[in-house]
Amino acid sequence: MTTPSETEIIAPVAARHVGTPRHHIAIFAGLLVLLLIAPFVLYPVFVMKVLCFALFASALNLLLGFGGLLSFGHAAFFGSASYVAAHAAKVWGLNPEIAILLGVFTAALLGLAIGALAIKRQGIYFAMVTLAFAQMVYFLAVQAPFTGGEDGIQAVPRGRLFGLIDLSSDFTLYFVVLAIVFGGILGIYRIIHSPFGQVLKAIRDNEPRSISLGYKVERYKLAVFVMSASLAGLAGATKAIVFQLSSLTDVYWSMSGEVVLMTLLGGMGTVFGPLVGAAVIVTMESYLAGFGAWVTVIQGVIFVASVMLFREGIVGVIAKWLKKPL
Amino acid sequence: MSAALDPATVSPPKSDIILSARGLTKRFSGFVAVHEVDIDVERGTIHALIGPNGAGKTTFFNLLTKFLLPSAGTITLNDRDITRLSAADIARRGLVRSFQISAVFPQLSVLENVRIALQRRRGDSFDFWRPQHVLAAFDEEATARIDEVGLSVYLHEPAGELSYGRKRALEIATTLALEPEMLLLDEPMAGMAQEDVTRISALIRKISANRTILMVEHNLSVVADLSDRITVLARGQVLAEGSYADVSQNERVIEAYIGAGNE
Repeated sequence: MTTPSETEIIAPVAARHVGTPRHHIAIFAGLLVLLLIAPFVLYPVFVMKVLCFALFASALNLLLGFGGLLSFGHAAFFGSASYVAAHAAKVWGLNPEIAILLGVFTAALLGLAIGALAIKRQGIYFAMVTLAFAQMVYFLAVQAPFTGGEDGIQAVPRGRLFGLIDLSSDFTLYFVVLAIVFGGILGIYRIIHSPFGQVLKAIRDNEPRSISLGYKVERYKLAVFVMSASLAGLAGATKAIVFQLSSLTDVYWSMSGEVVLMTLLGGMGTVFGPLVGAAVIVTMESYLAGFGAWVTVIQGVIFVASVMLFREGIVGVIAKWLKKPL
Repeated sequence: MSAALDPATVSPPKSDIILSARGLTKRFSGFVAVHEVDIDVERGTIHALIGPNGAGKTTFFNLLTKFLLPSAGTITLNDRDITRLSAADIARRGLVRSFQISAVFPQLSVLENVRIALQRRRGDSFDFWRPQHVLAAFDEEATARIDEVGLSVYLHEPAGELSYGRKRALEIATTLALEPEMLLLDEPMAGMAQEDVTRISALIRKISANRTILMVEHNLSVVADLSDRITVLARGQVLAEGSYADVSQNERVIEAYIGAGNE
């Protein structure tokens, strides 16, 4: 469509692969409309929570679904960014956008350090290395004075965006969070559909073959690990501003597990799966809160059921029905 | 020790050797899989590596392609020492391997599979901010490569859904897209039906026109038919080397093949 083809004969071939698939554009547009209406219908803080986790799960999915790397320590990036953003906003009194950026930067650096070591191992060993490092970060969060230990960092001021727009209203904040999350997810979409993303998928599908074609796979893996960590950090830092709170829950291993669960439930390796997974899990946690500790059990049952019944996840199954990648 | 074994196999003048190994050895904790193997592959020939099961062919192959690091010995490609280079580096120098099991990218389409190889020409693809359309520039050439191996009808099918023989054909198209100077084929006929064997044999002969091929192969009729030169490995060492006629009459080779079962 947009690329001039050399000959008439290959034009249909090129056309088929050029440009963003129409149904993706339609889904993104529909999603945006829904999310613009959502705060008028639903409790904005709840939707913001869903959004933050949707971004977090999409970040993990970038690594897991497209890079083929299962990180079991993504809470380290989510949590550390959350702490740094909360600290920057509360103690240093920085604007929320700067606080969030500092959080992202922290997650990126941490991702570079952990990723550089973890990518030297494959499969379950990779997952274990990321888990081990995440536990170290958790330990630091428990011990370090600035994190507030068990109390976390509370009463984080939401401040003024760019020093101008007051974010204390949930309503105003909602649209800022929507912009951040939507931007993040579009960014991930672009990464997946870039020349880089193409190599990434090749490595996921067959690493030795990618090497034999001359690709230095470790560099690609590290790059995607840092991207994923940074985006997880963006989610964590944004969440700290939304809830005005950063706590040990954000760095705990169960957070790492939960985001893996969201991704698998929604459909790993799909664009929209993590959003659905995050929405389902967060909704469940909110509406089943009355069951107390049983929520975990219910989650466990759902997880087992989803893995047994539809391994491709909710969106994965729908995509199979429609015979279109989602 | 290899060349001296059999006086019938007088080596040709080694003027034009593309790949050569000297004293190549690989030890796995206490077990020597490949023991001081020397090999010279002449430019423009099809060289086969055969031997009974457990002879160390695959290990030797992995050493040459840097998927394993040798315990001792050197490898040279076009007179340059490549012993310490990474697997990706030697691929960039024109030595590309295939795998025993078909090596495609199952979730990518046939077109995308070949394009991944062509994409290497851009150098590294770390541009995560660019849309995928920039790769459409390779579509025409990729389509031509796919056409060569007769897979044009499957252009947009996921490679994982092709039959086994077609996967191998796709693999060959992908490899050729890199325009390698030398190919290392690891059991190209493994697990193939006879009609596929004939087809892939013809394809190998066709692509050998201006390149060098070193292949590990069990199917001796294919080896006899295709190879210019054969190296026989047994228990990690070179048993004999020469033309098919030479090695097939070599007593030690016959013994290794027939005697392997009742030691």
